[in-house]
Amino acid sequence: MKLTLKIWREGGMYASGKLETYKVEADEHMSFLEMLDVLNQQLIEEKKDPVAFDHDCREGICGSCSMVINGQPHGPQKGTTACQLHMRSYKNGDTITIEPFRAKSFPVIKDLVVDRSAFDRIIQAGGYVSVNTGQAPDGNAIPIEGDTAGKAFDAATCIGCGACVAACPNGSAMLFTSAKVAHLGLLPQGKVEHEARSQKMVAQMDKEGFGMCSNVGACEAECPKEISLENIARLNRSYIASVFSSE
Amino acid sequence: MKWILQFLTSSIGQKLIMSLTGLFLILFLTVHLIGNLSLLKSDGGAAFNAYSDFMGHNPLIQIISKGNFFFIFLHAIQGFVLYFKNKGAKGSKYAGKAKDKTSWASKNMALLGTLLLAFILMHLGHFYVRFKFFNDMPMVNQDGADILNTYQTVSEVFSNPIWIICYLIGLVALALHLKHGFASAFQTLGINHKKYTPIIKALGTGYSILIPIGFAIIPLYMYFIK
Ligand code: HEM
Ligand code: SF4
Ligand code: FES
Repeated sequence: MKLTLKIWREGGMYASGKLETYKVEADEHMSFLEMLDVLNQQLIEEKKDPVAFDHDCREGICGSCSMVINGQPHGPQKGTTACQLHMRSYKNGDTITIEPFRAKSFPVIKDLVVDRSAFDRIIQAGGYVSVNTGQAPDGNAIPIEGDTAGKAFDAATCIGCGACVAACPNGSAMLFTSAKVAHLGLLPQGKVEHEARSQKMVAQMDKEGFGMCSNVGACEAECPKEISLENIARLNRSYIASVFSSE
Repeated sequence: MKWILQFLTSSIGQKLIMSLTGLFLILFLTVHLIGNLSLLKSDGGAAFNAYSDFMGHNPLIQIISKGNFFFIFLHAIQGFVLYFKNKGAKGSKYAGKAKDKTSWASKNMALLGTLLLAFILMHLGHFYVRFKFFNDMPMVNQDGADILNTYQTVSEVFSNPIWIICYLIGLVALALHLKHGFASAFQTLGINHKKYTPIIKALGTGYSILIPIGFAIIPLYMYFIK
């Protein structure tokens, strides 16, 4: 299939940033990133600057492949990362606009690559358990109600990709932060530090300049792991409670 | 004491202010509508005049009324702060356009709020300011006492179709603001539950339709039927 791509170029020779148009020939078995590989091969052969984009696992688990495809972070397929999106979702003659994630706290480094280290700093602020929790058998020795384990697991599937921030009209990181707080706080090993963790991670999130949650729900709609807004309510709850109960 | 300031300026703290003041305004609107429905009685305004005389002189109501002004002010100021901070945090928009999966109201709360603020100022100008600060109010003798004829002031305003249209526009803005705001306030408080959230959402939809309709009936009835 013949495609027209409009890709955001920024950094290097494109200091101010603008959409450039390219033609590429892809087939329906390619993944979206493989299609970009073909384009880059073409650009290199033409002695042009290839398009910079983030990727690592290409199997939907690392959260690197940040890009906004026709206005949607990770593209049109529900619950799917850009690397797991395949060209069978497109047809001959389509025009596809590809842009970097947009948020003040995710500055563009080059082309489609943005700096998501703000997420790392939110994790460093409290996204851990301070004590040694032992080996797998120790974990299995603690009875956890199935529903709670399920909720913790659902929250733990967050791959930290940042699509929630990219989708949010307020550039808010509440879905990510709340998923991390929930995944640890719902389990006995993480419960001990739950309230302190809520406070520390929210404080860091605010410091990074992310926006506030207006409960719009764009994050949940675009999240490749379909993280639920319930986590945001849970974080609101634990944060408000911890502010009043802590000393 | 520093913790209070820290909390109230945190992202969640600021949203809590929106939520609590919003919920207070929702309660206020309910009471306001129930009282105002006495305008529909065919008694020459006696019930409404007695009601506004009571509201105007009861010390407890006077305190709540001051609180209400303060909460509207706080909600509006905090709303504008939220709008500008959030706009700054987003930065630029996308060139690509996708089908929108979220509600229009949820993304335009500040615009709807600004319309509501303009509405509230107009509304206060029509009634509150006149009742409280002007000496030209018509009087009426009811149950042996001279009281303000607030009913007549209301009828005068609602005899002008332009004002009626302004009120109806304000009420549409209110309906949309509450369509998102009602349920949103509970999510902000941290209330999201498999059993209760569907009930809250249904109540929110019902409230955001019925309350504006209730208010809209009053000018329409007074203009077309009375
Ligand atoms: C009778 C009038 C009003 C009522 C009943 C009302 C009610 C509410 C409620 C319940 C919310 C949801 C709070 C939350 O999401 O936690 C809200 C949000 C909001 N209100 Fe109002 N409001 C009123 C007037 C106003 C006015 C005058 C403004 C002026 C600017 C305003 C601006 C906003 C904004 C910007 C939000 C969005 C907050 C967010 O980002 O989620 N509102 N309102
Ligand atoms: S919540 Fe979803 S969209 Fe946000 S970082 Fe996690 S996986 Fe990505
Ligand atoms: S490259 Fe790892 S999730 Fe897409």
